[in-house]
Amino acid sequence: MRGEVKLPDRAALSPKAPQPATTGRVTPFTGRPANAGEAKDQAPAPSAPPAPAPSRPPASRTDPDDLARAIAALQSALEAEVAQPRNLREPGLPQRTEEEAFSPIGIPQPSRAKPGTAQPSTAQPSTALAWRAGPSEEEGPKEQDGPNRKTAGRTSAAAGSIAPPERPRGLTRRILALYLPNFSMERWQRSAAARGDTLPEDLPQALAVEGTHGPVVHAINRAAGLAGVQVGARVVDMRALVPTLKLDYADLGSDRAALERLMLWSRRWCPWTAVDRSAVSGSSTGVGAGAGLVMDTTGSDHLWGGEAALMREIEEKLSGLGLSSQLAIAPTHGAAWALSRFGAVREICTADSLALRMGSLPVRALRLDGQTVLLLKRLGLKTVGELAAVPRLSLARRFSQAALPGNPLLRLDQMMGQLAEPVSAPDDPPRFAVQAKLAEPVQDPEPHLPALVAELCQGMAAAGFGARRLTLTVYRSDGEVSHLDATTSQPSRAAGHLLRLFEGKLDRIDPGFGFDLITLAASVAEKMGVVQARLDGQPEEGPDMAQLVDRLSARFGPRSLRRPAMRESHVPERREVWAPAMAGPPRRPEPGTLPRPVRLFDPPEEVRVIYAVPEGPPAQFVWRRVTHRVARFAGPERIAPEWWADLPGTRLRDYYRIEDHTGRRFWLYREGVQEDGRGGDPRWFIHGIFA
Amino acid sequence: MSPVQSPPAPNMPPSLPPGLASATHGRTGQDGDRRQATLAEVFPETVVDGAAPGFVIAHLPDEARPVLWIQDRLSLRESGRPYLAGMARPPEMYFLTVNRAVDVLWAMEQGLGCTGLSAVVGEVWGDPPALDFTASKRLALRSEAHAVPAWLIRRAARADLSAARERWRLASLPSLPEPDDMRAPGAPQWRAELFRARWRTPGSWVARYDHGDHALTFDHAVAATDDPDRQSRAAGALG
Repeated sequence: MRGEVKLPDRAALSPKAPQPATTGRVTPFTGRPANAGEAKDQAPAPSAPPAPAPSRPPASRTDPDDLARAIAALQSALEAEVAQPRNLREPGLPQRTEEEAFSPIGIPQPSRAKPGTAQPSTAQPSTALAWRAGPSEEEGPKEQDGPNRKTAGRTSAAAGSIAPPERPRGLTRRILALYLPNFSMERWQRSAAARGDTLPEDLPQALAVEGTHGPVVHAINRAAGLAGVQVGARVVDMRALVPTLKLDYADLGSDRAALERLMLWSRRWCPWTAVDRSAVSGSSTGVGAGAGLVMDTTGSDHLWGGEAALMREIEEKLSGLGLSSQLAIAPTHGAAWALSRFGAVREICTADSLALRMGSLPVRALRLDGQTVLLLKRLGLKTVGELAAVPRLSLARRFSQAALPGNPLLRLDQMMGQLAEPVSAPDDPPRFAVQAKLAEPVQDPEPHLPALVAELCQGMAAAGFGARRLTLTVYRSDGEVSHLDATTSQPSRAAGHLLRLFEGKLDRIDPGFGFDLITLAASVAEKMGVVQARLDGQPEEGPDMAQLVDRLSARFGPRSLRRPAMRESHVPERREVWAPAMAGPPRRPEPGTLPRPVRLFDPPEEVRVIYAVPEGPPAQFVWRRVTHRVARFAGPERIAPEWWADLPGTRLRDYYRIEDHTGRRFWLYREGVQEDGRGGDPRWFIHGIFA
Repeated sequence: MSPVQSPPAPNMPPSLPPGLASATHGRTGQDGDRRQATLAEVFPETVVDGAAPGFVIAHLPDEARPVLWIQDRLSLRESGRPYLAGMARPPEMYFLTVNRAVDVLWAMEQGLGCTGLSAVVGEVWGDPPALDFTASKRLALRSEAHAVPAWLIRRAARADLSAARERWRLASLPSLPEPDDMRAPGAPQWRAELFRARWRTPGSWVARYDHGDHALTFDHAVAATDDPDRQSRAAGALG
């Protein structure tokens, strides 16, 4: 994924990676002896004219023989470099241009680190100077005139002094970063509008999440922002500030799921689209609770009429969905991320202007976490440019152990393209659907169903998937469409089992004048491995049970088949909560320690009781018009209300185990006691039956 | 350990054949014989009597496999729902509520085909026409074929024609005295009458259930009587 640290691997760089348009103008200028040596060894050296052929570098680049020769030349040059003086600028420049074209292909560039060359400290001032001067005067990537000027410019572009002057590699990609600053709030407003309880825009609204010390504000709308509500502040403080604040809890899981869906939807513009997980959340960075997408639009922008038109189109379409967005395109993910958050509206950054543009951004734009940003601020490094001017060695020494979000050096490398950070787009979820087109309208879909299910199961088996939900859609010839759903508790591709789930449901379809198209789709499919059967030939119990659960739930509804979910509660009816069995396998419950009935009435039934003393056990009670005389009793067992779950005013219960004169055993309780201030006379209820 | 003890020799009524209880849930009893799992019907004397579900729960094997418990709406409303806290060895349970008796039978049939279940319990209210001899025979055969014991609790029902291999009539008896508190009810006792059985002689016993050991013992026979006062007098003498 994108989050992991990748060390720059020069050898692994693809030969196709260097940009063809920029190679010609890239001429690191530092007067490295290596270049001089190459120039001398290379064949055209003697005839090197001051205005050489611009067409030569591409030719040499494509020829592997030339490449091998160049490598050999460079190696021989490295050996001889000590003897070379550094003032060969004027005569050798065209050749240098030529040779430099090889550098991205995998020629190691240790010449800068060679002891013979200038040590980093001396190299830095020059590059730092050039860095400011550079890109402003460099415009055309193609023209070959004025090589001196150009070299100066490009040296600066090579990430200032953190890296020794080097041509930026991997800057041929075009990455689009899409920032949705108010994604949570807008999604919440959208769902509220769908529910029909939308609120006026000028009412301050906020979404909260649980923090360490109570809820904190997660997202706000515009009115709340104007009223002074801040993201990341505690809810109690913001309520004191804005008493009319309308508060709701954010649904982070749904936000994530919605963002995944939006990511898949955004593949309409470019196939390499992924959720931007490098977004650091946290109030200290000021980024807030927004969400982000990242797209690798290399080669796909022309389909939309260029990058500017593409971004306008994306923004327009997203605003149609009710989402505000900020976009930027840059050669690297890091740069695009920074520009989308801190740059201008729909900013486009080219590879040439990358270093200059990044230099003025704040260090927060490096996707660092809050502590690192604070640390850099204390060190006096406010902008990316200032950070880039720090010697690389010092930064590496300080942050060598830090992880990626806390490592400004790695983040800077990512932003400048020194460290590869490809957009890894997840695959589209597979879709399984089959259909049967009928020549004549039919009234009954049942005969066509087995073939459809078999074909669907075949397709799922080939892909290693199983269906969790099947949707049968029937298109009537007069235009009506009806759906039937069947769900399974475990992914399944057993045709016979899936077919049985529709048993008895097909009658609900109104055939009208008949239908001519039937589609069957696995609307929810999950990965499903192949399970080996047991060695002794016994059938597996798991799938057997799952299929039973499916059949019963399909027939009677998922709310009918339930399993107990045990809770830690001493209130009897809250100890066992019956949850739908489709949710998961049942857990074997623990036996109770206190005597409890085997049957429970839900809700308890009221009885009329005759007692000897108000606080004592009943002497006789009437339940369902039958009088029971109490022969024996045990109790009371007092169960107090749970103040954290019950309404105020809930009364305590005194439970009695009662045996009546015929031997039947009941569980009665008196709700409350006399004079407890929570109502009148206590009432009696029967809650269970003992075995 | 079998949840139901094979009746020991001294307490054994002569009419109770060996292996009575183990036959009812298809497990090997202490005496080593293995009887087939089959369909058994339980008729409680009154609707709200806890003896019938208690008797069935006492027969549920102490296994890891789950139990499917099916109730129709009327049974749920009139007699409550199963409460796991009151069971000595609560099994994993799937609990199904359906509207009609025919749905209970359909769901029981589905469950009996699933060997992953350790037992299937159904509760049917009254005498629905769907529950005839054929339906009960289907259940019995399916239960025997897949070795999944089936229990049918029939409230407010007459013991009509049925193919159930065992038919019990259950009623609560006054409980045993609690040793620590003479006024409190102790371990439950039931009058269990096996009025039709395929593999043994019918008879009438007093069944005692030990909650701690999840063990059911059959004790001396009592005269079948419909007079509750006489029973309560007997219980008073006992306690």
